[in-house]
Order: sequence, then structure tokens, then C-alpha cells
Amino acid sequence: MSELSLPWLEAYRTMLLIRRFEERCNALYMQGRIPSTLHLYIGQEAVATGVCAHLRPDDALFSTHRPHGHALAKGVAPRAIMAELFAKSTGCCRGKGGSMHVGDVNVGMYPAIAIVGANVPLAAGVALAAKRLHEDRVVVCFFGDGAANEGAFHEGMNLAAIWDLPVVYICENNLYAASTPISAAFKIEDIAARAAAYGMPGVVVDGNDVEAVYEVAGEAIARARRREGPTLIEAKTYRMCGHSRSDPRTYRSKEEEAEWEEQDPISRASLRLKEMGLASDESLQAIEEEVTSVIDEAVAFAEESPSPEPIDALKHVFWEARDA
Amino acid sequence: MPRMSIAEALRQAIREEMARDPRVFCIGEDIGIEGGFGGAFTVTLGLSQEFGHDRILDTPISEAGLAGVAIGAAMAGLRPIADVQYGDFLFCAMDQIANQAAKMTYMSGGTVKVPMVMRVPVGATRRGAQHAQSLEAFFTHLPGLKVVAPSTAYDAKGLLKSAVRDDNPVLVFEHKLLYGSKGPRSEKGALSPIGDVPEEEYLVPIGKGIVRREGRDVTIVGKLLTMYRALEAAEQLAEKGIEAEVIDPRSLVPLDKELILASVRKTGRLVIVEEDNLTGGWAADISAIVAEEAFFWLDAPIKRVSAPDTPAPFAPVMEEFYVPSVQQVVEAVEYTMGEG
Repeated sequence: MSELSLPWLEAYRTMLLIRRFEERCNALYMQGRIPSTLHLYIGQEAVATGVCAHLRPDDALFSTHRPHGHALAKGVAPRAIMAELFAKSTGCCRGKGGSMHVGDVNVGMYPAIAIVGANVPLAAGVALAAKRLHEDRVVVCFFGDGAANEGAFHEGMNLAAIWDLPVVYICENNLYAASTPISAAFKIEDIAARAAAYGMPGVVVDGNDVEAVYEVAGEAIARARRREGPTLIEAKTYRMCGHSRSDPRTYRSKEEEAEWEEQDPISRASLRLKEMGLASDESLQAIEEEVTSVIDEAVAFAEESPSPEPIDALKHVFWEARDA
Repeated sequence: MPRMSIAEALRQAIREEMARDPRVFCIGEDIGIEGGFGGAFTVTLGLSQEFGHDRILDTPISEAGLAGVAIGAAMAGLRPIADVQYGDFLFCAMDQIANQAAKMTYMSGGTVKVPMVMRVPVGATRRGAQHAQSLEAFFTHLPGLKVVAPSTAYDAKGLLKSAVRDDNPVLVFEHKLLYGSKGPRSEKGALSPIGDVPEEEYLVPIGKGIVRREGRDVTIVGKLLTMYRALEAAEQLAEKGIEAEVIDPRSLVPLDKELILASVRKTGRLVIVEEDNLTGGWAADISAIVAEEAFFWLDAPIKRVSAPDTPAPFAPVMEEFYVPSVQQVVEAVEYTMGEG
């Protein structure tokens, strides 16, 4: 058990912000107002929230092609993410990234890496720098079940382990790599079991239980901060939407989706909040309204922001100190 | 002035940059193991005793991993000098270099920099097809990477120091037959040029080529080993009354194209010689630049001398056939002079 206990209300708000933000993104996409493709995180909010609740702004985060939840949980401004999705020059990547590359290094989130598994060695590299520079910051690196079968995963995990790097790897096993079920991709039950092959702890957690994620992430992050080495956490969860916006989800059953609907991390969190007497229907409604206003503001900001000039495509191929 | 091999000059550059800046470190396979090689071509020999194993960091055989770690470390404030033993192994790390290092600054909207150096030995040296390819042209096709190819000890030191201080990923291509590696790591048939290297601090700017030999009749552009082939050809041609100007671009990205264009405008003839394969190669690109920007100064068709479109063969007789020869350069020049 972690010594700290989950800041429940804050965590609930973060999960709700991610959920409502992405629901809005989806609606805007359907209306043709967002040119970017979208890989929605809906259903997995407890993972990003439970992990990032432990992070300081100077801790580093690596994400994937499904990064909105990680970005919001790490503290990237909703308006900067939304403006990026709208392809505006005020976006967190100035319109050079799009949905799959959102990030803001000022709050510790590197541009999301959309090549599956490629962020595993990169995260080890940032952790190596933190260790070498005697900084007590840590790195967390999120990826999906699909990444665990990539070569870069193996090479990165091994290097992190042999050098005891301060990095926590979080595999969000949402049961499908695009349309391919884990049963077709793994001979093993738990991806976390692979940690043993590298000589690092591997932990399985219910990824739809924000408190459970918070506890295991807390231990792993504390271990990394004590410079005792990396950990692989496997959070079992479910991607409630399709892989991307062009996915009709015809490869899985309605029954399966309904079962996971029962395990919705936000519904579970709101029940727990009320059970513990930490919130009432009224106070949860207040959070709902506050989150809605943040998203309204983000959309308005994105809509009002200017587009980049076409010729801006030529900038930032190389580092330009004055633009940083 | 001290005279030294390219391997020694590179080692000196690394030593000076590591002493100057604690953020600089080396990462690679077999670079610092006690009793080991000091890298495949001895460049880092002895440096781990001097700087310790934290800063001369040995890795398992793990090219994608070490490239990714180097890139990540660069993104977080260090200045890695990564070493991949043989250029061909870069393909194992291709995603990290092509998708991560090259694109990071761009896709972050100019907010993340990757000040990483990758040292890459190239050239056919009787090791067969997978330890031989000249890959420098390949990487000029990836926007976001700088590419340099030093052929002298002076340039090797000055360009590597500039590369370490650059805020972008820089690939430094080094030719195995030019290192001057000694002892059991010496190379058969090596040219191993020894050159002057000043004791005082200096840098060679990335993006500046150099005229190695002046001449009025024809421009020959060559890099790494083929620069020496071009110089030797120029000497033979001089005996026949043909004065060739030899240009060593030194940097491929950014390219000092004005230097090449100015020379062609003077000579009216151009021969490009490189060890890389012909198709889609660097020589084709230089040809296109000159055809677009100096066509009206040309007195003869441009000629390319390159390796044929085959993998590098092993048998020395075939390898010799594969790598552009002095004779081929001479013949190409004679063709442009209407004497072929």
C-alpha cells in the first residue's frame, strides 16, 4: 500500500475532464470541425489519472497515438490540445503535430510518439539523463498491449533494467491492438510477466479502478524516485470506443462491450465517492459543470485561433533557438 | 603542428568536448570495455579510463535501443555521441533515427531539440554485404537530420566538435579505410591519411565544403574515400594536361552547393564520384542541382562514377570492381573532355 491516499475529488475531476473532452472531440469530428484523426481514450481514464496523480510537473511523460488522456492528466492545457486538434497555430505543437503528437514539454509531456513501442527506449533515454544530471525526477511511459510485441519494447525495457533507470512503464492492455485481440498476439496471460525476463518487477492492476492504479503506480514511482530501477505495470482495461474514428468495432461482441460498460471507471469512481461520503449528486454535478465550462472555453479558443500560414510548413525542420 | 590519423583526431575531439561540457557522453557497443576494442575502429580507445563508464557507456548489442536512449537523453538535456560500429546497423535503428530523431523538433512545433551525434563507419572492406554499405546519401533524404562526411583528420576533429555543439541530430559518416586504426583493428588496404591538426581549439562549420585541388578544366566532387580517388585521378590527368578541380563537400546536409556551382561555372564540366550505389543516390542529386542551376555553363554531360546497383561483394577482386577506382574517374573526366 502506498503511504499516500488518492485525492479522490481531483482524480474524479480529471477522469471526467478526459471523458467529456473526448466526447466533445468526437462530436466536433462528426461535424467535420476537427480535421485530425482521433484515437479516443474513453474507458481508460483511470489509468492516466491514477498514474499522473503522483507526478510533478518536471517528471516526464511519454505517450502514444492515443494521447489526449495522458496529456490532460499531465496538465497540458485543454485549450492547447483542442487548438492542435483544430490545426491552429496556437495548438500545443503549433499545428505541426495533430492528435497523435500532442504534448507540452513545459509540463513534462514530450510530443506523443505514434510509432507503436518506439517510446520505450526514448523514455529510458530521458530517465538516463535524469539520473546522470542527478535530478530526482522520474519518467513514465504509456503504451498499449500492441507495443509489447515490438522490438523496441524489448530493447528499451532491457536497457532500462540493466542501468536501473528511473522509469515506470505502463502497459494499458485494452484487449485489442486495432482489431487484433490479445489472444491472437500473446501466448501468455499477463503482459506484466514479461518484466521478469528483464529483471524488473511486473505488476498487474485493474485499470478501471483509479484507486488501485494509484496505489501500484505510487509504489513504482516511489521506487524509481529512490533510484531503485524501473517497473512494468500492466493495467487491464477496455477501449470503449473503436481504435480510431473509422472503426465500426465489428470484430467484438455487443455482449463484451456491455460487460465492460458495467466496469466504466468513471461510474465506479462516482459510486465509491458517494459510498465514502466524499461527494453527493449535487457536488458531482458541480464538477460536471466546471469541466463543461473548461471544454467550452477550449473549443472557443480553438475556433477563434488563427490557422498557421501554409509557408510555416517550412519552419522547425531544424532547431531554431528564437522560436522555442 | 601535430600530425595524426582520423581515429586519433576523432578521439581528441571527443576528449575535448567531454572535458568542456559534462553533458557530453558516448554510448555504443564495445566502446569502453576494459581490454576491448574502443569501438569497432578504436576511436574511443582509452576514454573510459579517463572519463569513467558512466560517460563512455557500453550497451548490449541493441541498436534500436541505444539509438532511442541517445535520442531520449538528448531530448532531456544531455549531448550523446552514439556509435553504431558499422553503418549497415543503422537500419536496425531506422525507426528511432528516421521517425524519432529526425521528426521530433518538427512535430513538437519547434519546442523539443535533439542534440545528438551518431558516428557511422561506412565503406566496403572485405567483410561482405552487411558490413560495407555507404549510407550517407540515404540519410540526406530525411529532413531534420544533418549529415557530415569528413575525409581528413583536420575535418574529422573540427566537424565532430561542431556536431556535438549542434542542437540537431547530426550523423557523422566516417570511412573505415581512412581511420588509421592500429594494431589488431587495422584495416587491409587502408589509406589512413595522416594530417595536420592544430593544437589550438578550432571548429569546422557544418555546411561548408572545401576545394582540395584547384583546376580549370573539370570539377570532380568526391567525399570520404572517393575524394582521395578523385585527387589521385587529378594527378594522373595533370600529366595529360587536364587540370581537375577537386571538391570535398564535407557536409551533405546542409550542402555547400554554391561551392560546387561556382566551380562548375568555372570549369564547365562535372564528374561526381561516390562509393554509394548509383540509383537514387547522392550523385544524382548533385547532378540535378547543377543541371537546374548551372546548365548553361556546362560544356559536356555530367558524369557519375559510383558503385554499381548491387550489394557490396566479398571477394577482393569483386570488391575492387565495386568501389569506384581512380581509373574510372580518369575515364569519366576524359569522356567529359570529349576524349573518352
